[in-house]
Amino acid sequence: MHNFDEIVHAASAAFAATDDPDALEQIKATYLGKSGQITALLKGLATLPADQRKSVGVSINRAKDAVEAALNARREALRQLALAARLAEEALDVTLPGRGQSRGGLHPVTRTLERIEALFAAIGFEVADGPEIEADFQNFTALNTPADHPARSMHDTFYLQDSSGGVAENVLLRTHTSPIQVRYMQAHVARHAGAQTMPEIRVIAPGRVYRVDSDATHSPMFHQVEGLWVGERVSFADLKGVIGDFLRRFFESDDLRVRFRPSFFPFTEPSAEIDMAFMSGALKGRWLEIAGCGMVHPNVLRHVGIDPEKYIGFAFGMGPDRLTMLRYGVNDLRLFYDGDLRFLRQFA
Amino acid sequence: MKFSESWLRSFVDPACSGGEFSHLLTMAGLEVEEEETVAPAFDKVLVAEVLAVEKHPDAERLNVCRVDVGSGETLQIVCGAPNAAAGIKVPCALPGAELPGGFAIKVAKVRGVASSGMLCSAKELGIAEDAAGLLLLSDEAPVGEDIRRHLDLDDRLLTLKLTPNRADCLSLEGVAREVAALTGTPARLTQVDAVEPTISRARDLVLDAPEACPRYCGRVIAGVDAAAPTPTWMSRRLERSGIRPISALVDITNYVMLEVGQPLHAFDDSRLHGAIHARMARAGEKITLLNEQTVELQDDVLLIADEQRPLAMAGVMGGEESGISLDTRELFLEAAFFAPTAIAGRARRYGFVSDAAHRFERGVDFGGTRRALERATRLVLDICGGQAGPVSEALAILPERPEVRLRPERVAKVLGIALGDERIGELFARLALPFRRDADDFVVTPPSYRFDVEIEEDLIEELARLHGYENIPAVVPTGFLAMLPQTEQTRPLARVRQIVADCGYQEVVNFAFVDEAWERDFAGNGEPIRLANPIASQLSVMRSTLIGGLLANLAGNLKRRQARARLFETGRCFFRDAAGEPVAGFRQPWKLTALAYGTAFPEQWGCAARPVDFFDIKGDLERLLAPRVASFEKTAHPALHPGRSALVLVAGKAIGVIGELHPQWQQKYELPQAPVIFEVDLDAVVMAGRAQHVEVSRQPVVIRDMAIVVDQRLDLQPLIDGMSATRPEIVREINLFDVYVGRGVEAGKKSLAFRITMQDTRKTLQEVEVDAAMQHLMAYLQETFAAQLRV
Repeated sequence: MHNFDEIVHAASAAFAATDDPDALEQIKATYLGKSGQITALLKGLATLPADQRKSVGVSINRAKDAVEAALNARREALRQLALAARLAEEALDVTLPGRGQSRGGLHPVTRTLERIEALFAAIGFEVADGPEIEADFQNFTALNTPADHPARSMHDTFYLQDSSGGVAENVLLRTHTSPIQVRYMQAHVARHAGAQTMPEIRVIAPGRVYRVDSDATHSPMFHQVEGLWVGERVSFADLKGVIGDFLRRFFESDDLRVRFRPSFFPFTEPSAEIDMAFMSGALKGRWLEIAGCGMVHPNVLRHVGIDPEKYIGFAFGMGPDRLTMLRYGVNDLRLFYDGDLRFLRQFA
Repeated sequence: MKFSESWLRSFVDPACSGGEFSHLLTMAGLEVEEEETVAPAFDKVLVAEVLAVEKHPDAERLNVCRVDVGSGETLQIVCGAPNAAAGIKVPCALPGAELPGGFAIKVAKVRGVASSGMLCSAKELGIAEDAAGLLLLSDEAPVGEDIRRHLDLDDRLLTLKLTPNRADCLSLEGVAREVAALTGTPARLTQVDAVEPTISRARDLVLDAPEACPRYCGRVIAGVDAAAPTPTWMSRRLERSGIRPISALVDITNYVMLEVGQPLHAFDDSRLHGAIHARMARAGEKITLLNEQTVELQDDVLLIADEQRPLAMAGVMGGEESGISLDTRELFLEAAFFAPTAIAGRARRYGFVSDAAHRFERGVDFGGTRRALERATRLVLDICGGQAGPVSEALAILPERPEVRLRPERVAKVLGIALGDERIGELFARLALPFRRDADDFVVTPPSYRFDVEIEEDLIEELARLHGYENIPAVVPTGFLAMLPQTEQTRPLARVRQIVADCGYQEVVNFAFVDEAWERDFAGNGEPIRLANPIASQLSVMRSTLIGGLLANLAGNLKRRQARARLFETGRCFFRDAAGEPVAGFRQPWKLTALAYGTAFPEQWGCAARPVDFFDIKGDLERLLAPRVASFEKTAHPALHPGRSALVLVAGKAIGVIGELHPQWQQKYELPQAPVIFEVDLDAVVMAGRAQHVEVSRQPVVIRDMAIVVDQRLDLQPLIDGMSATRPEIVREINLFDVYVGRGVEAGKKSLAFRITMQDTRKTLQEVEVDAAMQHLMAYLQETFAAQLRV
């Protein structure tokens, strides 16, 4: 038996001694090339006696396989080294900031309005919109507030000039979003005229409203959301249920109390003011006015052509600005209308 | 409505106290807006008499007083008040007292003289601002009495925020009636007896406008002493109701108004001529009122007049000429009922308010006119003396109080709970609403002092209020489950806003009324919609563009050292338009306006800083409008740079503008760089359109580039539009990928490079077809735009 282990050892050592892939291939040639040692051994087989040829041949081939295996192992090791070197070179400072455009954001009151719309949409309330220069009829008269009604002085109304510089008749900047409910009901009644039973009205109407009032807690323009549900069986108890549910969902807390106390609005009877108190936090225990509401006054239903004996409903109006202030801890209403990016970006 | 709790408790005195009492009122709809005590906490202050005053031996401004506090022992007290004098009665704080502000009184030596207490001013007791001297008490004040008791300083002041329907609570008796209903404690109202006339003088009364004034009572009281002092109990109650005492006669009329709710007026009878008329004013008639304002009247104003001239704006304010003074000897006292519609809004029209008008326009008890007059007469006789004449009364048709029917099942329907007949009857009885039963129904006759009980719902509210809103359960409602529409043709506004925000813009909300100059500058609008009553001149016209607000936001943020801003707003704009809907004469479309200023990208290490330009925000706008594709045409717009502004069109319809701010406004509004702006109709932006599937071709795509040279002034849009219109069917897309001006391109020309994507739906394209398509496009460009192939 011939032993070619030495050659294999020598080859392995030679492969391991180089880090250069090209050099490795040259060393390979000295063993496996045309004039390499293993090749020479194989060529030398022909000179051996026939009875040895087979066994020696097997040994040489074994040695050849071993050398090739050592070569491939070294090749792979060198590839890994090269890859590692490339990866090291390509490494980034991953802590550098990302590239691109700045992030904008929505106005905090918009966020509140979108959440209100989503919460009410979940129980089937549509969203309605209406004009901000409004007719006196829809803003007041249809809401059971005829000219010279004392309740009109509760709203300090903006009026427009006519062409001669006087006060234009019959138009004003809406003082609340309630006229939208009037327009919505009028359209609803027209759409279902002649039907045996009018489908229920469930609608909320968010929007900007205007009053002659400007100080730390009043803005001459602010937001309101009007809500209305009219059907054959809608009661004050339902109103209490919906409002309580809404406030708990809006503030994502069961840790608050809601109370209804008698009040007056010309367009609802009975009417209520809604107060809410948090049971924890900075405002703990303080009653906060949140909204006005009540059962739709029969005269309002009659004004839009709905029979108050057959249909009944509730309406509410709340201030999203105030809800936003409470939700995010804003303490000055004027910040909402100042366009200060440092303030607004916090809500992006 | 402000009053002292002790006065109210003289009429009704329920067991509940303090905060509990306020809560009761608030929860019944009489909201307690404010509650305060008359004086802060202190003790050991007594009524004292100064017996003697001597100069302090060592201090010029100090006196040494000998004081009797009723203890049997005379105290020596050093006092610096200028009005210290022997014989006066003043509050004295004893050693051990703690005054407001934590000021403790001790026995001490003041400049070497022992002092055992302190004589007090009103300020030191925390009951008034007056610190000029000692608080002088009346000569009758009992020495040694606790000052809190003597001046009723433990009294609380309540201010009610009354809703306009509760005119019946604009008096102490009215509130007392309400408290009685709420608590079940009976109210003891003032016993008023008719005063027997002792003289026969009287004036004739004529109701010329019987609908406006259906009841007028008056009487002469002769020989009064108008200068008599107002009793302390009365002036104190008035002061605690926020009314300044003026003179006995004026105070009496105010007192009775507060007590029973009936406004009264006192004329100087010696200045009246003949009969008293309640008549409408003649247009142009003038009167000078007690507030010294001279007003020219319109013919819908009710007057009290004699046979010569107007005496008073009825129910609003008296005239100066016929009013009483301290010299008045002969009095004509008026108590009348004026219809709310005859009074409503009149005071406001002339720019003032009055307590009388406030009550009459909400409704005064027409059943109590005469009683109020008798009550006032009694007080005048008691306080000012004199002889009363008989009461004259003119009476026409008083308001009716029609019966109101209440169906118990309707109560259950409205409130969501059934109250039960027994409970309803009990609640009506407590409310003093008289009723009779008619089968199942309750038929209620509202009393004359209630102007807010006209329909069934009014009664239901009364029942609910007294039953307690908190006792009505909150139920989870049930309704018809009908799905809401979800259209794909339009996008919700919320989504549109989010897209703009995602492009880096921050939403703002600005006022809809703006500076008139903004309308002129940014909309070329010289005839804006003006407010009749703006709160400020720079907020006087309705906006027809949102640009001004965004520029003001930008300027504000630049002042706050923000170098870069991207802002947007959605809101209504306002235009005069005869065809406007739904409010005739006005068009009120929603607009979406965005502004970008500063660098195109926030300052960052990864890209070079450059100013934002037209094409940056054009890209944002295109992204916003997608999938709809806009085209752009050069335009002139008052707000924008004429060479850098465009009309935005979608499907051939103009939906807005885009451009750089005009340099003249950049200069006027002091902006270091020009912001870039777009403003589009929100209606157009929310349009989306439903997608329609088209088979995707599996055939290979062929891409060819083509560079051409054209006149530099040529716009791209017609070129692209033209190529798209003439393109062979296999041409799928034409994309501009380069614009070049400079070396290699003739002066006055520019090079445009297009990438043309071609594909057939059924077969692989042949070289000849591709070449033919490219040649077709090139030939078109050559012919139409004199384009040359760039080589």
